[in-house]
Amino acid sequence: MNAPVKPPTGLSRRQAINAVLSAGGGLAVGVVLPKDVFAANPRPSDQPKPMGPRIESPEGAPRELSAWVVIDPDSSVTVRIPHNELGQGTSTALAMIVAEELHCDWAKVKCEYASATRNLREKGVYHSMTTVGSQGVRTSWAFLQQAGASARGRLIEAAAQQWQCDVSECACEQGVIHHTLTGRKLTIGQVCNAAVAVKLDKEPVIKTPAEFRLVGKPTPRLDTPAKLDGSAKYGIDARIPGMVYAAVIGCPVPGGKVKSIDDSALQGRPGIIKVVRMDGAVAVAADKFWRAKTAADALKIEWDTGESGKVQQADLDQLYRDVTLRKMVSARNDGDVTKALASADAKVVEALYEAPYQAHAPMEPLNATVWLQPDRLDVWTSTQSPPAVLSTAAKAADMDPSKVFVHVNFIGGGFGRKTSPDDTLQAVLVAKAIGKPVKLVWTREQDFMHDRYRPQAAARFRASLRPDGRMDALDIRVGVPSLNRSLGADPVASGMEGPAVECLSSTAYTIPNISVGANLTNTHVPVSYCRGVGSSQNGFFIESFIDELAHAAGQDPYKFRRAHLDRADWIGVLDMLADKVGWGTPMEPGRGRGLALMECYGSITGQAAEVTVDAKGKVKVDRMVVVMDCYHAANPNTIHQQMEGGAIFGLTQTLFGQITIKDGASQQTNFHNYRPVRMAETPVIETYLHLTGGPKWGGIGEPGVGPTPPAICNAVFAATGKRVRRLPLASVDLTKI
Amino acid sequence: MFTLTVNGKARSVETEADTPLLWVLRDELELTGTKFGCGIAQCGACTVHVDGVAVRSCSMPISSVDGKSVTTIEGLSKAANHPVQQAWLIEDVPQCGYCQSGQIMATVAFLKKNPKPTDADIDKSMNNICRCGTYPRIKKAIHRAAAMMAAAGSKA
Repeated sequence: MNAPVKPPTGLSRRQAINAVLSAGGGLAVGVVLPKDVFAANPRPSDQPKPMGPRIESPEGAPRELSAWVVIDPDSSVTVRIPHNELGQGTSTALAMIVAEELHCDWAKVKCEYASATRNLREKGVYHSMTTVGSQGVRTSWAFLQQAGASARGRLIEAAAQQWQCDVSECACEQGVIHHTLTGRKLTIGQVCNAAVAVKLDKEPVIKTPAEFRLVGKPTPRLDTPAKLDGSAKYGIDARIPGMVYAAVIGCPVPGGKVKSIDDSALQGRPGIIKVVRMDGAVAVAADKFWRAKTAADALKIEWDTGESGKVQQADLDQLYRDVTLRKMVSARNDGDVTKALASADAKVVEALYEAPYQAHAPMEPLNATVWLQPDRLDVWTSTQSPPAVLSTAAKAADMDPSKVFVHVNFIGGGFGRKTSPDDTLQAVLVAKAIGKPVKLVWTREQDFMHDRYRPQAAARFRASLRPDGRMDALDIRVGVPSLNRSLGADPVASGMEGPAVECLSSTAYTIPNISVGANLTNTHVPVSYCRGVGSSQNGFFIESFIDELAHAAGQDPYKFRRAHLDRADWIGVLDMLADKVGWGTPMEPGRGRGLALMECYGSITGQAAEVTVDAKGKVKVDRMVVVMDCYHAANPNTIHQQMEGGAIFGLTQTLFGQITIKDGASQQTNFHNYRPVRMAETPVIETYLHLTGGPKWGGIGEPGVGPTPPAICNAVFAATGKRVRRLPLASVDLTKI
Repeated sequence: MFTLTVNGKARSVETEADTPLLWVLRDELELTGTKFGCGIAQCGACTVHVDGVAVRSCSMPISSVDGKSVTTIEGLSKAANHPVQQAWLIEDVPQCGYCQSGQIMATVAFLKKNPKPTDADIDKSMNNICRCGTYPRIKKAIHRAAAMMAAAGSKA
């Protein structure tokens, strides 16, 4: 039974500060307060292991070998995880990498989040702490392996000192150090205290992948048990003493301002604490969330929406089509595209592709719980970027960043939305206004209307085929908003940013003349990183167009792609994909098979889809095959999860997903009008790894989204001869193409 | 004042009659395993059992639960060992995990009505939303749970 415990009312500031300092000079995020304040077991590290016995941390301070590794006297190991667990499995994978070198007992490994405050204080000891871009394993494997190897080296050294022998006579296996000559044994828990003082003459050499014993084996997730009985705590589950609640209504038109608030309807309502006016939003604080939410709904707010309030979806569609004809900033320019396209024997193919805004819609809506005290500020929130939360909160509260503490627990999905701490900013402003700790929760309506969307974009293609059917020239002109500009991160003076041309400028197809450009044009509609980022729309654009070229050349789309590849990794994925899907085997009328292939976030992903299209043009996806080369696998179990999940995320974008703008605001407000894929629309999905090794590791969270739309639309073409150049399929009438 | 039985314990709640059961569970009774996802009975993250029937608690006013018996994920089993939870563990279903309390509660109620479902039955009845895309593993886990429950039943 994991029912939360009633918080004590008499928590002193001293208790809280002691708790901060006790956790190894940093703090285990989520345990800054005594456990009984924040319910039971807020940390992943406190959860039982899958299928194993519950591990209880013994009393007494844990022993920290390094910022990464803490070992308790019972030899249980706590690994500090710099990236946040949004469901992608990073906590298990990163812990495996440390345990691989540490030679501890995997059944005694726990993990907890690293501290953003400590990272600030110790000048980036945890490197990047923002969870974006599928970076978890691929950017940190080397220093995590080193952290594990270093810890093992020091533990062995400590044992050797105790035995007064040479370290070469000692070995560590399963958390036990053996003296090979005498058979004496010490556990890592027994020597940990001594090992803290050991300094190695030189850092140990880390293992090569061929030497891995744990890494690369499908391993159950450490966080699964807590997610099956309601005990896993998410940001939205935070509860602190004296806490009240806030609901918020943002201006429906992004960027609009509050003109006036009529709160007369709130007269006599119980529990209302205050109506808080912010720049573009109004919050109501109350003693209960439902009271705050219904009160916020009852407010009559007048908004100043300016010119943005007149913007319609058709205007935006026209804008991005037009933008593709404006001046481009070049991202790649090989050969002479203009000359090649003008060549007398060129067969020129042209097409315009469009993609709509998409919502992130993670299952846990945005929320933040803030406790603002005169000399410190604590924030509990579900974030992909504790450093961004920290700086946003510090600025909003006018507090020194070193006095701000960010507590992250499990995160109910993010997909990029939780990189922008809009919830924290509002919660701090409300806390300031009411002088009480407050939990601010966005409704799903706020989530859809105030998302920072996956960009709308358009791409204009021109290509030429030689008489032998080979691609001779490819010209791509992209119209897309800048993410950085929208996020206020960077004015993008160069006029170019990576996501705008992702999967386009990096294409591996061998084309002698290729030109890729983009024009970054922003509107009032906010945009941000969304799972797959640029690949999620550009993948649809380029892999659909390559399919068009194959058909224009009269060639099989698989063979056409293969003939234009010279990289073994791309060819490996493509061949395995064709083999697994049964490329070329006959299908009944009304059915079709399509494929797509791309490289992003350090990995190559191929997907094939089999669809059935009925007489009314309704598309059913029957089967998908996914092949990925991420070069090395930390935990194949979670990689297969991400491949399935990526395809299903892409499936929503292909079949139903779109945000449309009316009078400047999103028309989609909840899951009834932004329809995600459910069980019934989920096809059979087969996933395969094609790992080719080498010096780099690839990402797994982002790459699986982009190939889905083109694989499905290419299958639709195979079934019907109709080319889909605009998503989603729900707003395309195939009978009229 | 409303009285109800939650996970076997009698509880009384002083609140407005229109307060959804979800917020009573989460904010008053501190049973946060039941999640808020949409507030309009679309996603199922808030699924609990009322007198053994799966309901979406975000859209069920407390007044309609007065005198009834509610089971949440915390009360489904004593040691997280309901066959559906065990099947979820074996298939390693969750990713972010936020929707899984609701998925599990929906499955338990579904298997009561249909102890030996086909894929088509599952497609038709299981309509909770998961944005991580755990549907393939949920489907496998439902079949596994059904088999485990059938085996336990035939032994008994």
